[in-house]
Amino acid sequence: MSNASGIETHTIAVLVDNEPGVLARVIGLFSGRGYNIESLTVAEVDRRRGLSRITVVTSGTPMVIEQIKAQLRRLVPVHAVRDLTEEGPRVERELLLIKVAGSGEKRIESLRLADIFRARVVDSTIESFVFEMTGAPEKLNAFINLMEPLGLVDVSRTGVVAISRGAAGL
Amino acid sequence: MSATAMPGAEMVIKALVDQGVDVVFGYPGGAVLPIYDALFKQNRLRHILVRHEQGAVHAAEGYARTTGKVGVVLVTSGPGATNAVTGLTDALMDSIPIVCLTGQVPTHLIGNDAFQEADTTGITRPCTKHNYLVKDVNQLARMMHEAFYVARSGRPGPVVVDLPKDVLFAPGNYVAPDSVQHKTYRPQTAPDPAKILEAVEMIAAAKRPVFYGGGGLINSGPRACALFAELVRLTGYPVTLTLMGLGAFPASDKQFLGMLGMHGTYEANLAMHGCDVMIDIGARFDDRVTGRINAFSPGSRKIHVDIDPSSVNKNVRVDLPVIGDAAEVLAEMLKVWKAKRLKTDAKALAAWWRQIGEWRRRDCLRYQNSDRVIKPQFALERLYAATRGRDLYVTTEVGQHQMWAAQFLKFEEPHRWMTSGGLGTMGYGLPAAMGVQIAHPDALVIDVAGEASILMNIQEMSTVMQYRLPVKVFIINNQYMGMVRQWQELLHGGRYSESYTASLPDFVKLAEAFGAVGLRATRPDEVDGVIAKMIETPAPVIVDMVVDQAENCFPMIPSGAAHNEMLLGPQDKKEGGPVSEEGMVLV
Repeated sequence: MSNASGIETHTIAVLVDNEPGVLARVIGLFSGRGYNIESLTVAEVDRRRGLSRITVVTSGTPMVIEQIKAQLRRLVPVHAVRDLTEEGPRVERELLLIKVAGSGEKRIESLRLADIFRARVVDSTIESFVFEMTGAPEKLNAFINLMEPLGLVDVSRTGVVAISRGAAGL
Repeated sequence: MSATAMPGAEMVIKALVDQGVDVVFGYPGGAVLPIYDALFKQNRLRHILVRHEQGAVHAAEGYARTTGKVGVVLVTSGPGATNAVTGLTDALMDSIPIVCLTGQVPTHLIGNDAFQEADTTGITRPCTKHNYLVKDVNQLARMMHEAFYVARSGRPGPVVVDLPKDVLFAPGNYVAPDSVQHKTYRPQTAPDPAKILEAVEMIAAAKRPVFYGGGGLINSGPRACALFAELVRLTGYPVTLTLMGLGAFPASDKQFLGMLGMHGTYEANLAMHGCDVMIDIGARFDDRVTGRINAFSPGSRKIHVDIDPSSVNKNVRVDLPVIGDAAEVLAEMLKVWKAKRLKTDAKALAAWWRQIGEWRRRDCLRYQNSDRVIKPQFALERLYAATRGRDLYVTTEVGQHQMWAAQFLKFEEPHRWMTSGGLGTMGYGLPAAMGVQIAHPDALVIDVAGEASILMNIQEMSTVMQYRLPVKVFIINNQYMGMVRQWQELLHGGRYSESYTASLPDFVKLAEAFGAVGLRATRPDEVDGVIAKMIETPAPVIVDMVVDQAENCFPMIPSGAAHNEMLLGPQDKKEGGPVSEEGMVLV
């Protein structure tokens, strides 16, 4: 993913020891060296070995992207760093919770669109819905845009998690 | 795995001893009292009581740089830890192995704004290679051993171990160093053979080559430096060194072009600019070295040997990166070179040396001497002459005197030149000299200082006296923060804003107040006598060399300029100089 200025967006997976301060180390690296974070997710993925997986979407020139990966690998509690964008096909998903309030035609329209987008209603009152939806970030963006005129109240999204396609693991 | 039960504080001492530590630089306080109590009850570790925690870290840095061992610091919580931050950052920038033990308030008070509480791991996260907060006494021994392993492995650096007071009192199980293995951290030291082959062939085929060696050679150790010298001599190629690399190759060797960079020699910088193959071993293309990055050595193919993959392609795009320890890489390169019986291009090399010879004839370190006033260059030239052949170690503060020392003192061996390169920390030199003198009690240890820098850690004279460390402080006194003054003259129209120190102490009396010997020279004909007296005095000495206030340090590549746009002396400045607007904003 590259634009005219040579800035590319990359999705990077980082496997780290789940120890105090490890997220602060990763975030501090990005802020201290002036790198961008477009989204960042983290959760423990292997309780037995105490490993967490961080998925970070970042942007920069190819030289900066290389630096980001090298700097991440330099952190002592980091086990592995993988550039999913560079390594080939991958699945990227994000979870969205969105609250829409209204009545009448707008309320019905939001429900109709939710159906088209395969969003689920997870909370409902007389004048509001909370929809849950997973998908690629672009799909979530499209849904949020459609909800805007229909009484959008609140948006919460997880940021991207990603995994490579095929049999190989991290 | 054998485990022994003991209180945390004793475990700290045992871990230090088991790691081969023999000296600790520190300052006590409430949170580390249990460790000081344990220190009191033993005689394996020597403790050097500094006068400020910044001094403790610099002293440990000096000790580490000159011995190649890990330097150890022990400070208390809160202000003890925050005072250490400058030293830790300095060690991080210059890749110096340090383990810094900090006291912390008891675990149940962490986060309560307790007395002398600071978020030490939070504060030191960006200025250490790694840090630990020990919350469980049974993890203490492992974390201590890991700290030493991380500090000295790969690209060395400082590691903080934060020790809450209740953990120091609590009994727990000690484990020995050999039973601890780090989960993840395994820096690559052995190079990829394919890259070695490619590099060696590129080196052999060069027409206008230059070796560019850095602090990585010194950190790798004397073997790396010896192998580097062997490869340089085998090829007959010219060699330059960074500020951090001085001593990695003998300065008296005719293949040595001198230091490169902002105040490096004309021949070194032009060789870098005009080379066709650059062989970088353990240097990181620092901005003081490269000058304007888009004009840096435009026509060369670059080989970069570094143990830290993040140093590669950070500032300068290189053609062939080789990741590994300098000694291992050089040993492999030599093996391949000899096995393949490679020959250099003798004809091209002769032409290249002729060109370098022309650059050398500019005699770029020449200065206008005076018989009225002491020129700083003259003072350092005489210092070098008087100390030649002696068992000499030099530290510096930061500024003009540092650059003149780098230009005029010549080092034949590694580990004899200790200076704050990356961070540029004024106040580094005196405590570092203490650490060096502790490591080499009988050697001549000189801190080449400026009158402004020395005041930043002058309190350490008290430490020097307490331990009878015969450190010599050689102050190049021009009453200005000389490098600031120089930039104000060249870049800010001579408006000397706050760079003049209107009230300086009498350094001779100051020395005497500490119980040391004070000497002063104000005329050129006094210089030799004062230096001789300084060297023969078996006690600490402060020399006040009163020098020309207006002297500038040349050659100089102004910031934002390229290697071939250097100023050789005051005459160049008058022509306007190549300082661009973009250059002005650079440091």
